[in-house]
Amino acid sequence: MVGNLAFVLLSAILVNNFLLSRFLGICPFLGISKQVETAFGMGMAVTFVMAMASAITYLVQMLLVQLHLEYLQTLTFILVIAALVQLVEVVLKKVSPGLYKALGVYLPLITTNCAVLGVTLINMTENYDFITSVVNGIGGALGFTLIIVTFAAIRERQATNKVYKSFEGFPLALVTAGLLSLAFMGFNGFNLKALLGL
Amino acid sequence: MSIKNDLTNGIARENPIFRLVLGTCPTLATSLSVSNGIGMGLAATVVLVGSNAIISALRNVIPDKVRIPAYIVVIAAFVTIVDKLMAAFVPSLHSVLGIFIPLIVVNCIILARAESFASKNPVINSMADGLGMGMGFTLSLVLMSTIREILGTGKLLVAKDFGFAGFKLFNEAFAAKIMISPPGGFITFGLLMALINYISQRREARANGR
Repeated sequence: MVGNLAFVLLSAILVNNFLLSRFLGICPFLGISKQVETAFGMGMAVTFVMAMASAITYLVQMLLVQLHLEYLQTLTFILVIAALVQLVEVVLKKVSPGLYKALGVYLPLITTNCAVLGVTLINMTENYDFITSVVNGIGGALGFTLIIVTFAAIRERQATNKVYKSFEGFPLALVTAGLLSLAFMGFNGFNLKALLGL
Repeated sequence: MSIKNDLTNGIARENPIFRLVLGTCPTLATSLSVSNGIGMGLAATVVLVGSNAIISALRNVIPDKVRIPAYIVVIAAFVTIVDKLMAAFVPSLHSVLGIFIPLIVVNCIILARAESFASKNPVINSMADGLGMGMGFTLSLVLMSTIREILGTGKLLVAKDFGFAGFKLFNEAFAAKIMISPPGGFITFGLLMALINYISQRREARANGR
Protein backbone atom coordinates (compact mmCIF):
# COMPACT_ATOMS: atom_id res chain seq x y z
CA MET A 1 0.00 0.00 0.00
CA VAL A 2 2.65 2.49 1.11
CA GLY A 3 4.90 1.30 -1.71
CA ASN A 4 2.14 1.86 -4.25
CA LEU A 5 1.51 5.36 -2.95
CA ALA A 6 5.24 6.13 -3.08
CA PHE A 7 5.24 4.87 -6.67
CA VAL A 8 2.33 7.15 -7.66
CA LEU A 9 3.96 10.09 -5.86
CA LEU A 10 7.42 9.67 -7.39
CA SER A 11 6.18 8.97 -10.89
CA ALA A 12 3.94 12.07 -10.75
CA ILE A 13 6.93 14.18 -9.68
CA LEU A 14 9.68 12.79 -11.89
CA VAL A 15 8.57 10.45 -14.67
CA ASN A 16 5.19 11.85 -15.73
CA ASN A 17 5.96 15.40 -14.73
CA PHE A 18 2.89 17.54 -15.38
CA LEU A 19 4.78 20.35 -17.07
CA LEU A 20 7.46 18.53 -18.99
CA SER A 21 5.82 15.34 -20.12
CA ARG A 22 2.06 15.82 -19.84
CA PHE A 23 2.00 19.47 -20.98
CA LEU A 24 -0.37 20.62 -18.25
CA GLY A 25 -0.07 24.09 -16.74
CA ILE A 26 2.19 25.62 -19.40
CA CYS A 27 0.53 29.07 -19.21
CA PRO A 28 1.55 29.86 -15.59
CA PHE A 29 4.84 28.04 -16.27
CA LEU A 30 5.77 30.58 -18.95
CA GLY A 31 4.02 33.53 -17.31
CA ILE A 32 5.15 33.32 -13.69
CA SER A 33 8.67 31.98 -13.94
CA LYS A 34 10.76 35.11 -14.06
CA GLN A 35 11.58 35.11 -10.34
CA VAL A 36 12.28 32.19 -8.03
CA GLU A 37 10.32 33.69 -5.14
CA THR A 38 7.00 34.19 -6.95
CA ALA A 39 7.42 30.86 -8.71
CA PHE A 40 7.69 29.15 -5.34
CA GLY A 41 4.63 30.94 -3.94
CA MET A 42 2.65 29.94 -7.00
CA GLY A 43 3.81 26.35 -6.63
CA MET A 44 2.66 26.18 -3.03
CA ALA A 45 -0.77 27.65 -3.79
CA VAL A 46 -1.20 25.19 -6.68
CA THR A 47 -0.16 22.30 -4.41
CA PHE A 48 -2.89 23.14 -1.91
CA VAL A 49 -5.58 23.57 -4.56
CA MET A 50 -4.59 20.39 -6.43
CA ALA A 51 -4.64 18.23 -3.29
CA MET A 52 -8.02 19.65 -2.21
CA ALA A 53 -9.46 19.41 -5.73
CA SER A 54 -8.39 15.76 -6.01
CA ALA A 55 -10.17 14.94 -2.74
CA ILE A 56 -13.38 16.87 -3.42
CA THR A 57 -13.83 15.83 -7.05
CA TYR A 58 -13.45 12.21 -5.98
CA LEU A 59 -16.47 12.61 -3.71
CA VAL A 60 -18.35 14.61 -6.37
CA GLN A 61 -17.72 11.86 -8.92
CA MET A 62 -19.18 9.29 -6.50
CA LEU A 63 -22.30 11.43 -6.21
CA LEU A 64 -22.54 11.83 -10.00
CA VAL A 65 -22.26 8.09 -10.54
CA GLN A 66 -25.00 7.51 -7.95
CA LEU A 67 -27.31 9.91 -9.77
CA HIS A 68 -26.30 8.68 -13.27
CA LEU A 69 -25.15 12.16 -14.24
CA GLU A 70 -21.62 11.26 -15.43
CA TYR A 71 -21.93 13.56 -18.43
CA LEU A 72 -21.87 16.55 -16.07
CA GLN A 73 -18.31 15.63 -14.99
CA THR A 74 -16.46 18.44 -16.80
CA LEU A 75 -18.97 21.08 -15.76
CA THR A 76 -19.12 20.15 -12.07
CA PHE A 77 -15.35 19.67 -11.76
CA ILE A 78 -14.55 23.13 -13.09
CA LEU A 79 -17.15 24.69 -10.80
CA VAL A 80 -15.72 22.79 -7.80
CA ILE A 81 -12.24 24.08 -8.66
CA ALA A 82 -13.47 27.66 -9.13
CA ALA A 83 -15.28 27.53 -5.78
CA LEU A 84 -12.23 26.00 -4.11
CA VAL A 85 -9.91 28.72 -5.39
CA GLN A 86 -12.37 31.33 -4.16
CA LEU A 87 -12.45 29.62 -0.75
CA VAL A 88 -8.66 29.49 -0.53
CA GLU A 89 -8.62 33.19 -1.35
CA VAL A 90 -11.10 34.09 1.40
CA VAL A 91 -9.46 31.89 4.04
CA LEU A 92 -5.95 33.02 3.20
CA LYS A 93 -7.00 36.68 3.35
CA LYS A 94 -8.29 36.14 6.90
CA VAL A 95 -5.66 33.73 8.25
CA SER A 96 -2.45 34.84 6.55
CA PRO A 97 -2.72 38.29 4.96
CA GLY A 98 1.03 38.29 4.26
CA LEU A 99 0.95 35.22 2.02
CA TYR A 100 -2.28 36.43 0.43
CA LYS A 101 -0.60 39.69 -0.55
CA ALA A 102 2.49 37.88 -1.86
CA LEU A 103 0.43 35.67 -4.17
CA GLY A 104 -1.71 38.57 -5.35
CA VAL A 105 -3.22 38.15 -8.78
CA TYR A 106 -1.84 34.62 -9.25
CA LEU A 107 -4.33 33.19 -6.80
CA PRO A 108 -7.55 33.60 -8.86
CA LEU A 109 -5.64 32.51 -11.97
CA ILE A 110 -5.24 29.00 -10.53
CA THR A 111 -8.80 28.24 -11.72
CA THR A 112 -7.67 28.27 -15.34
CA ASN A 113 -4.47 26.32 -14.64
CA CYS A 114 -5.10 23.18 -16.66
CA ALA A 115 -2.94 21.12 -14.31
CA VAL A 116 -5.68 21.36 -11.67
CA LEU A 117 -8.55 20.19 -13.87
CA GLY A 118 -6.09 17.82 -15.53
CA VAL A 119 -5.16 15.99 -12.34
CA THR A 120 -8.80 15.46 -11.40
CA LEU A 121 -9.54 14.00 -14.83
CA ILE A 122 -6.43 11.80 -14.73
CA ASN A 123 -7.54 10.46 -11.32
CA MET A 124 -10.86 9.47 -12.88
CA THR A 125 -9.44 7.87 -16.04
CA GLU A 126 -6.83 5.93 -14.01
CA ASN A 127 -9.52 4.78 -11.56
CA TYR A 128 -7.49 5.78 -8.51
CA ASP A 129 -9.05 5.34 -5.07
CA PHE A 130 -9.46 8.25 -2.66
CA ILE A 131 -6.01 8.19 -1.02
CA THR A 132 -4.19 7.55 -4.31
CA SER A 133 -6.06 10.45 -5.94
CA VAL A 134 -4.94 12.85 -3.22
CA VAL A 135 -1.36 11.55 -3.38
CA ASN A 136 -1.38 11.91 -7.16
CA GLY A 137 -2.64 15.50 -6.75
CA ILE A 138 0.12 16.33 -4.27
CA GLY A 139 2.79 14.60 -6.38
CA GLY A 140 1.71 16.36 -9.54
CA ALA A 141 1.76 19.71 -7.80
CA LEU A 142 5.16 19.10 -6.21
CA GLY A 143 6.52 18.19 -9.63
CA PHE A 144 5.01 21.40 -10.96
CA THR A 145 6.69 23.39 -8.16
CA LEU A 146 10.05 21.68 -8.69
CA ILE A 147 10.11 22.53 -12.40
CA ILE A 148 8.74 26.05 -12.16
CA VAL A 149 11.32 26.95 -9.49
CA THR A 150 14.20 25.36 -11.44
CA PHE A 151 13.06 27.10 -14.59
CA ALA A 152 12.77 30.45 -12.80
CA ALA A 153 16.35 30.08 -11.56
CA ILE A 154 17.52 29.43 -15.15
CA ARG A 155 15.56 32.40 -16.45
CA GLU A 156 17.01 34.70 -13.77
CA ARG A 157 20.44 33.87 -15.18
CA GLN A 158 19.30 34.32 -18.77
CA ALA A 159 17.82 37.74 -18.07
CA THR A 160 21.26 39.34 -17.91
CA ASN A 161 22.54 37.69 -21.08
CA LYS A 162 22.45 39.18 -24.52
CA VAL A 163 20.05 37.28 -26.77
CA TYR A 164 19.42 37.36 -30.49
CA LYS A 165 16.48 39.72 -30.96
CA SER A 166 13.94 37.33 -32.46
CA PHE A 167 14.56 34.86 -29.60
CA GLU A 168 13.77 37.37 -26.84
CA GLY A 169 11.03 36.36 -24.42
CA PHE A 170 8.86 33.32 -25.20
CA PRO A 171 10.97 31.60 -27.93
CA LEU A 172 14.04 31.40 -25.69
CA ALA A 173 11.91 30.25 -22.75
CA LEU A 174 10.37 27.49 -24.87
CA VAL A 175 13.69 26.20 -26.19
CA THR A 176 15.07 26.24 -22.61
CA ALA A 177 12.01 24.30 -21.45
CA GLY A 178 12.68 21.82 -24.25
CA LEU A 179 16.21 21.19 -23.00
CA LEU A 180 14.95 20.85 -19.42
CA SER A 181 12.35 18.36 -20.64
CA LEU A 182 15.08 16.45 -22.47
CA ALA A 183 16.98 16.16 -19.18
CA PHE A 184 13.86 14.89 -17.40
CA MET A 185 13.26 12.29 -20.10
CA GLY A 186 16.15 10.46 -18.46
CA PHE A 187 13.76 9.44 -15.67
CA ASN A 188 11.81 7.35 -18.20
CA GLY A 189 14.52 4.71 -18.02
CA PHE A 190 14.37 4.73 -14.23
CA ASN A 191 12.85 1.54 -12.83
CA LEU A 192 10.80 2.99 -9.97
CA LYS A 193 9.00 -0.29 -9.30
CA ALA A 194 12.25 -2.17 -8.72
CA LEU A 195 13.58 0.66 -6.57
CA LEU A 196 10.54 0.54 -4.31
CA GLY A 197 10.54 -3.24 -4.26
CA LEU A 198 7.10 -3.68 -5.85
CA MET B 1 -15.02 46.95 -37.34
CA SER B 2 -16.61 44.95 -40.12
CA ILE B 3 -17.48 41.26 -39.83
CA LYS B 4 -14.81 40.33 -42.36
CA ASN B 5 -12.26 42.16 -40.28
CA ASP B 6 -13.32 40.26 -37.15
CA LEU B 7 -12.98 37.02 -39.07
CA THR B 8 -9.45 37.59 -40.38
CA ASN B 9 -8.18 39.14 -37.14
CA GLY B 10 -7.62 35.81 -35.43
CA ILE B 11 -5.95 34.12 -38.37
CA ALA B 12 -2.93 36.38 -38.72
CA ARG B 13 -2.80 39.71 -36.90
CA GLU B 14 -3.84 38.34 -33.52
CA ASN B 15 -3.05 34.67 -34.03
CA PRO B 16 -3.86 33.11 -30.66
CA ILE B 17 -0.84 30.78 -30.61
CA PHE B 18 2.05 32.73 -32.04
CA ARG B 19 0.93 36.30 -31.28
CA LEU B 20 -1.16 36.19 -28.10
CA VAL B 21 0.57 33.02 -26.76
CA LEU B 22 -2.70 31.57 -25.42
CA GLY B 23 -3.63 27.90 -25.28
CA THR B 24 -0.07 26.61 -25.25
CA CYS B 25 -0.87 23.33 -23.46
CA PRO B 26 -3.06 21.78 -26.18
CA THR B 27 -0.69 23.14 -28.83
CA LEU B 28 2.24 21.25 -27.41
CA ALA B 29 0.33 18.12 -26.45
CA THR B 30 -1.78 17.52 -29.55
CA SER B 31 0.60 18.48 -32.35
CA LEU B 32 2.04 14.96 -32.68
CA SER B 33 0.29 14.31 -35.98
CA VAL B 34 -1.63 16.45 -38.46
CA SER B 35 -4.88 14.58 -37.91
CA ASN B 36 -4.67 15.12 -34.13
CA GLY B 37 -3.93 18.79 -34.71
CA ILE B 38 -6.90 19.25 -37.04
CA GLY B 39 -9.17 17.32 -34.66
CA MET B 40 -8.17 19.44 -31.68
CA GLY B 41 -8.36 22.65 -33.72
CA LEU B 42 -11.86 21.93 -35.02
CA ALA B 43 -13.12 20.86 -31.57
CA ALA B 44 -11.89 24.12 -30.08
CA THR B 45 -13.36 26.09 -33.03
CA VAL B 46 -16.83 24.62 -32.47
CA VAL B 47 -16.64 25.49 -28.77
CA LEU B 48 -15.36 29.00 -29.54
CA VAL B 49 -18.11 29.82 -32.05
CA GLY B 50 -20.85 28.36 -29.84
CA SER B 51 -19.76 29.93 -26.58
CA ASN B 52 -19.05 33.30 -28.22
CA ALA B 53 -22.56 33.29 -29.71
CA ILE B 54 -24.33 32.42 -26.44
CA ILE B 55 -22.23 34.73 -24.29
CA SER B 56 -22.73 37.59 -26.73
CA ALA B 57 -26.51 36.98 -26.79
CA LEU B 58 -26.60 37.00 -22.98
CA ARG B 59 -24.18 39.88 -22.54
CA ASN B 60 -26.87 42.26 -21.21
CA VAL B 61 -28.44 39.63 -18.94
CA ILE B 62 -25.39 38.26 -17.08
CA PRO B 63 -24.59 40.41 -14.01
CA ASP B 64 -21.07 41.78 -14.10
CA LYS B 65 -20.02 40.24 -10.76
CA VAL B 66 -20.72 36.62 -11.69
CA ARG B 67 -19.71 36.87 -15.33
CA ILE B 68 -16.64 34.60 -15.18
CA PRO B 69 -18.47 31.61 -13.56
CA ALA B 70 -21.33 32.15 -16.01
CA TYR B 71 -18.93 32.09 -18.98
CA ILE B 72 -17.29 28.94 -17.64
CA VAL B 73 -20.64 27.16 -17.38
CA VAL B 74 -21.53 28.07 -20.99
CA ILE B 75 -18.10 26.93 -22.22
CA ALA B 76 -18.24 23.69 -20.20
CA ALA B 77 -21.64 22.86 -21.69
CA PHE B 78 -20.29 23.19 -25.24
CA VAL B 79 -17.17 21.20 -24.36
CA THR B 80 -19.34 18.37 -23.01
CA ILE B 81 -21.36 18.34 -26.26
CA VAL B 82 -18.20 18.20 -28.39
CA ASP B 83 -16.67 15.55 -26.12
CA LYS B 84 -19.67 13.23 -26.42
CA LEU B 85 -19.99 13.77 -30.20
CA MET B 86 -16.31 12.93 -30.73
CA ALA B 87 -16.56 9.83 -28.53
CA ALA B 88 -19.41 8.63 -30.74
CA PHE B 89 -18.13 9.48 -34.22
CA VAL B 90 -14.30 9.54 -34.08
CA PRO B 91 -13.51 7.17 -31.17
CA SER B 92 -9.80 6.60 -31.85
CA LEU B 93 -9.09 10.34 -32.24
CA HIS B 94 -11.09 10.87 -29.04
CA SER B 95 -8.96 8.39 -27.14
CA VAL B 96 -5.69 9.85 -28.49
CA LEU B 97 -6.65 13.41 -27.50
CA GLY B 98 -7.84 12.01 -24.14
CA ILE B 99 -8.13 14.53 -21.34
CA PHE B 100 -7.27 17.39 -23.68
CA ILE B 101 -10.87 17.47 -24.92
CA PRO B 102 -12.44 18.19 -21.51
CA LEU B 103 -9.48 20.51 -20.90
CA ILE B 104 -10.77 22.82 -23.68
CA VAL B 105 -12.80 24.32 -20.78
CA VAL B 106 -9.65 25.88 -19.35
CA ASN B 107 -8.14 26.78 -22.73
CA CYS B 108 -7.31 30.44 -22.19
CA ILE B 109 -8.21 31.37 -25.81
CA ILE B 110 -11.88 30.68 -25.22
CA LEU B 111 -12.27 32.53 -21.93
CA ALA B 112 -10.11 35.37 -23.25
CA ARG B 113 -12.36 35.85 -26.32
CA ALA B 114 -15.50 35.65 -24.18
CA GLU B 115 -14.15 38.31 -21.85
CA SER B 116 -12.50 40.63 -24.34
CA PHE B 117 -14.76 40.27 -27.40
CA ALA B 118 -18.07 38.44 -27.01
CA SER B 119 -19.08 40.35 -23.88
CA LYS B 120 -18.95 43.64 -25.82
CA ASN B 121 -20.01 42.85 -29.39
CA PRO B 122 -23.16 41.70 -31.26
CA VAL B 123 -23.83 38.01 -31.90
CA ILE B 124 -22.81 37.87 -35.59
CA ASN B 125 -19.51 39.67 -34.99
CA SER B 126 -18.75 37.43 -32.01
CA MET B 127 -19.37 34.31 -34.06
CA ALA B 128 -17.08 35.64 -36.80
CA ASP B 129 -14.42 36.37 -34.18
CA GLY B 130 -14.79 32.87 -32.74
CA LEU B 131 -14.49 31.31 -36.18
CA GLY B 132 -11.42 33.40 -37.03
CA MET B 133 -9.69 32.63 -33.73
CA GLY B 134 -10.54 28.94 -34.13
CA MET B 135 -9.12 28.90 -37.65
CA GLY B 136 -5.97 30.68 -36.46
CA PHE B 137 -5.60 28.05 -33.73
CA THR B 138 -6.21 25.19 -36.19
CA LEU B 139 -3.74 26.56 -38.76
CA SER B 140 -1.03 26.99 -36.11
CA LEU B 141 -1.61 23.42 -34.95
CA VAL B 142 -1.40 22.16 -38.53
CA LEU B 143 1.88 24.03 -39.04
CA MET B 144 3.41 22.63 -35.84
CA SER B 145 2.13 19.11 -36.37
CA THR B 146 3.25 18.94 -40.01
CA ILE B 147 6.83 19.64 -38.95
CA ARG B 148 6.70 17.24 -36.00
CA GLU B 149 4.96 14.41 -37.82
CA ILE B 150 7.27 14.46 -40.85
CA LEU B 151 10.51 14.72 -38.86
CA GLY B 152 9.37 12.39 -36.10
CA THR B 153 7.78 9.53 -38.05
CA GLY B 154 8.72 9.98 -41.72
CA LYS B 155 5.03 9.93 -42.62
CA LEU B 156 2.33 12.52 -43.16
CA LEU B 157 -1.43 12.54 -42.59
CA VAL B 158 -1.89 9.29 -40.71
CA ALA B 159 -5.60 9.20 -39.79
CA LYS B 160 -6.78 6.04 -38.07
CA ASP B 161 -10.47 6.98 -37.87
CA PHE B 162 -10.72 7.28 -41.63
CA GLY B 163 -8.60 4.20 -42.33
CA PHE B 164 -5.85 6.25 -43.92
CA ALA B 165 -2.29 5.00 -43.47
CA GLY B 166 -0.67 8.28 -44.55
CA PHE B 167 2.00 9.15 -47.10
CA LYS B 168 5.38 7.61 -46.47
CA LEU B 169 8.04 10.23 -47.11
CA PHE B 170 11.18 8.46 -45.92
CA ASN B 171 12.24 5.36 -44.02
CA GLU B 172 11.17 5.38 -40.39
CA ALA B 173 14.69 4.38 -39.36
CA PHE B 174 15.83 7.91 -40.26
CA ALA B 175 13.06 9.60 -38.30
CA ALA B 176 14.00 11.62 -35.22
CA LYS B 177 11.80 10.21 -32.44
CA ILE B 178 12.64 13.23 -30.31
CA MET B 179 10.34 15.36 -32.46
CA ILE B 180 7.23 13.47 -31.36
CA SER B 181 8.31 13.38 -27.72
CA PRO B 182 7.77 16.32 -25.31
CA PRO B 183 11.16 18.08 -25.80
CA GLY B 184 10.57 18.18 -29.56
CA GLY B 185 7.28 19.96 -28.93
CA PHE B 186 8.87 22.71 -26.84
CA ILE B 187 11.79 23.19 -29.22
CA THR B 188 9.68 23.22 -32.41
CA PHE B 189 7.31 25.74 -30.82
CA GLY B 190 10.19 27.96 -29.68
CA LEU B 191 11.98 27.91 -33.04
CA LEU B 192 8.76 28.57 -34.98
CA MET B 193 7.93 31.53 -32.77
CA ALA B 194 11.45 32.89 -33.21
CA LEU B 195 11.10 32.52 -37.00
CA ILE B 196 7.80 34.39 -37.00
CA ASN B 197 9.30 37.14 -34.83
CA TYR B 198 12.27 37.36 -37.22
CA ILE B 199 10.04 37.72 -40.28
CA SER B 200 7.84 40.37 -38.70
CA GLN B 201 10.84 42.30 -37.37
CA ARG B 202 12.45 42.27 -40.84
CA ARG B 203 9.20 43.50 -42.34
CA GLU B 204 8.93 46.28 -39.77
CA ALA B 205 12.54 47.36 -40.30
CA ARG B 206 11.98 47.49 -44.05
CA ALA B 207 8.80 49.53 -43.63
CA ASN B 208 10.62 52.00 -41.38
CA GLY B 209 13.62 52.16 -43.73
CA ARG B 210 11.64 53.53 -46.64
